[in-house]
Amino acid sequence: MHELSLCQAIADTVSERAEGQRVDRVEVRIGHFRQVVPDSLLFSWELITDGTELAGCELVIDHVPAVISCQACGQESTLDMPILLCTGCQSSDVRLVSGEELLIASIDRTGERVS
Amino acid sequence: MGRFHRHTDGSVHEHDHRDVGDHTGYTQTGTERVSVLENILAENDRIADRNRADFAGAGVTTVNLMSSPGAGKTSLLKRTITSLEGRLRLGILEGDIATSLDADELGGLGAPVSLVNTSAGFGGECHLDATMVRSGLGRLPLDQLDLLIIENVGNLVCPAEFDVGQHARAMVYAITEGEEKPLKYPVMFHACEVVVVNKLDLLAHLDFDLDHFLANLRTVNPTARVIQLSARSGEGMAEWCDWLVEIRDRTAVAGAAGAHPRPHNAALTG
Repeated sequence: MHELSLCQAIADTVSERAEGQRVDRVEVRIGHFRQVVPDSLLFSWELITDGTELAGCELVIDHVPAVISCQACGQESTLDMPILLCTGCQSSDVRLVSGEELLIASIDRTGERVS
Repeated sequence: MGRFHRHTDGSVHEHDHRDVGDHTGYTQTGTERVSVLENILAENDRIADRNRADFAGAGVTTVNLMSSPGAGKTSLLKRTITSLEGRLRLGILEGDIATSLDADELGGLGAPVSLVNTSAGFGGECHLDATMVRSGLGRLPLDQLDLLIIENVGNLVCPAEFDVGQHARAMVYAITEGEEKPLKYPVMFHACEVVVVNKLDLLAHLDFDLDHFLANLRTVNPTARVIQLSARSGEGMAEWCDWLVEIRDRTAVAGAAGAHPRPHNAALTG
């Protein structure tokens, strides 16, 4: 349940970037390998924001698939498990293209002052 | 795959990316979409950097020790304290959700122990983060230590996600946990430089296939150093202590050269 910690960190950054305005939508980008359970994150977001200026703010999770690119044969593979082997030629000489993201992508500021 | 969000009626649903595009052109009056692109754990990583700087300043090497509950971290540390006596000056930062039971067990063996309980907040954090570690550092004489071992909260998921400023990550795995654990918790097994395979004294009593476990481990972490031991009998302890001395020497040399790069913050490549 580190989703609660993540939501607290998201809320802290969003409040900082809100510049005193109401924020009604936050989009986060979470890589497939980051061990985040979307439903837990959404539930934690409600708990963390309840009774704060962010109450009712929608959290949108953009799930980023884990993709590796093989340096040997050039094939790109989408992985479910973090086993960093090319699914084409089994080479371990691969580069992780995406899947480790843990980002706050954007916030929507409504212009309404809340503080 | 796709986007998840929760509706006011409590239902959660997922869109395919193509259904919603990227939501640009959202034209609610006065609303402005601001790009942030900040790592969610950026604040944690800043504190981890401060911890790392303090460790470098005090000349202490730090190992983040993780495992599931009951794998034998505390038993391993008890033996480690006595085994390293005269070789390295060791300190322990003990993380537990609640109670001082483990810290009490380690106290009085000759190494300073600082306890961090994580139970403030929502009933107990399942991991140590950089701030929690920082809160426990003031109770340790860092200047007088060569090595600090951080005993993380027993959990095979969350601790792997948080940089606390350590030089190396190691984990304890007990053969009573079954052969499949590396496949079920790949991020943890992948994140560690050393995997201690503990409770080896029980091997004759279990239907445990060590080769099968090692093959599973190699699948998710081909380069992990495996140290087989029994914290109960003491078998294999020498190799573990040798690794601790080795990591101490390695980081001390890097520190003398002024090189303390922060590892890339990622569960897999960290």
